[in-house]
Amino acid sequence: MTLASGFRHGVHPREEKELTSQLPIRRMPFPDEIVLPLRQHAGNPAKLCVKVGDHVERGDPVGLADGWVSVPIHASAAGTVTDIGLWPHPDGSMALSVTIAVDRYAPQVPRPRMVPHWEGLSVDEVVRAVQDAGVVGLGGAAFPTHVKLAPPSDHAVHTLIINGAECEPYLTSDHRTMAEYPERVLFGIRVMMHAMQVGKCVVGVERNKPDAIAALRAALPADLDITILPLTVKYPQGAEKMLIQAVTGVEVPSGKLPVTVGVVVQNVGSVAAIAEVFETGLPLIERIVTVSGHGLRRPANLIVPVGTKLRDLLTFCGGVTPDAAEVIIGGPMMGQAQANLDAPVLKGTTGVVVLEKHETRLEKVYPCIHCGRCLEACPVFLNPSLLGDFARVARYDDMVDLHLADCMLCGSCAYVCPSNIPLAQLFQASKVALRRAKAGAA
Amino acid sequence: MSTPLSTKLIVTASPHVRSQDSTPVIMWNVVGSLAPVIVAAAWFFGASALLVIAAAALGALFTEHSLGRGGSLADGSAVITGLLLGLSLPAGLPLWMAFLGGAFGIGFGKLVWGGLGQNVFNPALVGRAFLQAAFPVAITTWPAVGGGFWTLKGDLFAFPFTHPTPDAITSATPLGLLKFEGTGTHLANLVLGNTGGSVGETAALVILAGGAFLAWKRYLNWRIPTGILLTVAAFSTVLHLIDAKRPDALFMLFSGGLMLGAVYMATDMVTSPVTNLGRWVFGAGIGVLVVVIRIWGGLPEGVMYAILFMNALVPFINRATQPRVFGTGRKAGA
Repeated sequence: MTLASGFRHGVHPREEKELTSQLPIRRMPFPDEIVLPLRQHAGNPAKLCVKVGDHVERGDPVGLADGWVSVPIHASAAGTVTDIGLWPHPDGSMALSVTIAVDRYAPQVPRPRMVPHWEGLSVDEVVRAVQDAGVVGLGGAAFPTHVKLAPPSDHAVHTLIINGAECEPYLTSDHRTMAEYPERVLFGIRVMMHAMQVGKCVVGVERNKPDAIAALRAALPADLDITILPLTVKYPQGAEKMLIQAVTGVEVPSGKLPVTVGVVVQNVGSVAAIAEVFETGLPLIERIVTVSGHGLRRPANLIVPVGTKLRDLLTFCGGVTPDAAEVIIGGPMMGQAQANLDAPVLKGTTGVVVLEKHETRLEKVYPCIHCGRCLEACPVFLNPSLLGDFARVARYDDMVDLHLADCMLCGSCAYVCPSNIPLAQLFQASKVALRRAKAGAA
Repeated sequence: MSTPLSTKLIVTASPHVRSQDSTPVIMWNVVGSLAPVIVAAAWFFGASALLVIAAAALGALFTEHSLGRGGSLADGSAVITGLLLGLSLPAGLPLWMAFLGGAFGIGFGKLVWGGLGQNVFNPALVGRAFLQAAFPVAITTWPAVGGGFWTLKGDLFAFPFTHPTPDAITSATPLGLLKFEGTGTHLANLVLGNTGGSVGETAALVILAGGAFLAWKRYLNWRIPTGILLTVAAFSTVLHLIDAKRPDALFMLFSGGLMLGAVYMATDMVTSPVTNLGRWVFGAGIGVLVVVIRIWGGLPEGVMYAILFMNALVPFINRATQPRVFGTGRKAGA
């Protein structure tokens, strides 16, 4: 079977991108209050470095990186620290957060800072600058970007892959970034290729974004080997392993990192954030968020200060419709439903989607009828039907034998399940149970 | 200007959207696709066919309603079991037997296993196997086709637990004729369904049309019937070439319950494999067994036992045909 810029299996949820795909990016005004959790990225949470009553300028750190796999958190607006304590986190927990009352009369101009000239910097200095700017993967997982810039030296990286697939329904923030700021994306790629000493770069973009593909191609520099590769429109095309297969034709071995096949993948938004670091010196304190859904009155692509509360964001977008019922951070396939609208936008928040009641999955769950649709949907060729049976009776060791570890929780199985079985949820719970058992045994 | 969001937010796990098909939708589509088959049964065997089908369906529904989990009638699966059982019975079968078959199929073919999705054997065939064992004469008494729509065949209204008086005009099935009397049947009659047999198994073209509809809607997996029919055709062609007295592929395909079994019984999702390779294996196994039983077995027809036998092997087929996990085996890079 040939894979013309795609992968096998996967699903075709309704895209719903037309709600925002042609809306230019606008800037949202500063809210009255911002809340900055110290844990916004994979790895160690940032270490608190302010106290209540402190005045912070826009761009000042409120938390410092704690070790290698960690990044600092910066104030996204000038103001006064009014509270440091537990606050609702988008993951459903309560997390240590810094609350800042935004100074309404401050010009919100960041302190003047040195803009490092990237060409004069060594690889280590570039990596350091990226970490100091708090840049993380903006595609949702929020893995610190500088860690990926310095891959283990026992593997040679030959290709940098930029993920512009944006396969989640509704989301258009990467689309608009590529269409409106192609130069910034390409400058970020230039810095990364320089830092990683990589000669080749491929930008994968799903075919449903022709304007983004055209904009990037028009801005391609002559001196770099950069290819813009249109990809099949299918979910989860933007999953790292699926993207690598679509670009290189190679399957990343089970349980291994992409670097073992000589590639590193970075999200388009992260690349643009790196470009910003070396253009203006500004750390990652705002991001582009798609606010969309049929439950929202005025969908938009917005530049939002990190730490803006969902309530303020939705209010700025005209509020919600009377039938609005579920608010999701991220896309509807892998995003997280919110129980509290005081939760803030984080660095990894790609979008906020408001679903109406009839669009939610609040329906009856039937027994598995073994139709096998989940097997034909699973992009990593697992047997979700059997895994689901095992999960329900807590046979976790059997699930390990069936490669539960390869499940990336993309939700394709649960999406196609006619019996509405929450397979992705069962698998996530099983993974957590296995981790706990392992931690208990160690 | 803005509507405040209700305090009752819905919080579900991801994914938050799902495709349109649901299990009841699939089941009721299968029921709908059986309507033309039922009409064909009535065309050939008159009101008797409808009575037998209704009795079997009532038996299935009654049992599901009284012993199944609350509300499980609505998912449509018990209706399918009842209708399929009714379609696989002869037109003159006493109605109490048909009712009992439906009740046994749901009770012992499905509910004792734990209800929908849990059973190993196709419930309709469990009901039919029970009837075959309990009433071997009644279930092999085949009324002739035709004779007026309202003319009732056989002793339909025999009092429960009495055996019928076989006074109706009967005729052998094409397979019975071949096996016991060595005579063939005209192919046109076989294809159209104008032969003796169970009420719903004779109209091969109507069954195929229903199957094509379901396959197009992806409510049945085309690999299973294709595997069965191809295997039967290939195997019987080989046997026919070796010994010309043996029936040819067309006769084998269009006689007996093969079409009904291949399209509607073997494709039951619950009792067939989940992997595509497994579906081919399952279909081929049924095809071989059908030919073996028909040619060398004591019975003229073997579709029911072939499917039940392969049902028992489904867990092993599933295990042996697990797909290769992404990033393992020869395709993994580095």
